[in-house]
Amino acid sequence: MSIGEAPRDRSWTARLRTRAEHALPPEKLLPDRQPAYVASWIYVFGALTIAALVCLVASGMVLGLKGPAWWHVTGIGRFFNGVHLWSVEIFFFTMVVHLWGKFWMGAWRGGRSLTWVAGAVTFLISIAAAFTGYLSQQNFDAQWISTQAKDGLNSVGIGAFFNVTNFGQMYTFHVILLPVAVVLLTAWHVLLVRRNGVVPPYVRALADERAVGEERA
Amino acid sequence: MALPGIGALARMPLGAVFDLSGRPRYVHWHFFQMSVTNLLVIVLMVVVFCAAILLPFPHRRAER
Repeated sequence: MSIGEAPRDRSWTARLRTRAEHALPPEKLLPDRQPAYVASWIYVFGALTIAALVCLVASGMVLGLKGPAWWHVTGIGRFFNGVHLWSVEIFFFTMVVHLWGKFWMGAWRGGRSLTWVAGAVTFLISIAAAFTGYLSQQNFDAQWISTQAKDGLNSVGIGAFFNVTNFGQMYTFHVILLPVAVVLLTAWHVLLVRRNGVVPPYVRALADERAVGEERA
Repeated sequence: MALPGIGALARMPLGAVFDLSGRPRYVHWHFFQMSVTNLLVIVLMVVVFCAAILLPFPHRRAER
């Protein structure tokens, strides 16, 4: 160890690395096998939601770089506008089916409450992201939605700092703040799933509890 | 018998599936009011949810 160098076991990078390796070893982070009960169509909707999110972000980046005149007037601009719209339709469609599936299988069981909460918060923020997207269209639809929404938001006291008639503010929320929040929360949600594993079905969990009880007896 | 034209098809309740830019249609029953388009999407989500539970998954490979 040279002069001025912190001991490796006490530096924050070493502690962070040790903690990350302990929480998510490579075989947990990128598993190549899953339990048998995961072989069901209901388990694919989380991955489909992420696929739709990738299409959403990619098409949104193109739209943001080219601007409103391009996405309203040119053929290719309308195509990307359509890709962005249908990506969000599929994103919410698959996310809701994923949510229903996880609700009915009690996905918060076995110490997975944080995974459930991260998913639920991502869902709520996604609604805000979609809402600000409708306000950022730069057309009569956006004007109509903003003038309808402003009274409701003013009545609950948040209109002063969340002004739906302020295009710049809504656009910033839509292309920076909310997408970053959704992507980070999604990443955290996936890491929690990797760490804690997929929730077993109720029947399997009961069988495991019985087996543990019999071993103790 | 003459086949119905596109206009007649669009006026049918099922026309909302094909013509999403037309005049919106609503289902109104007591307090419940929803556009036909939104209702169709919700019905489709329920159908897909049931299918995902009931349909067998291909290449089932058990680990344990």
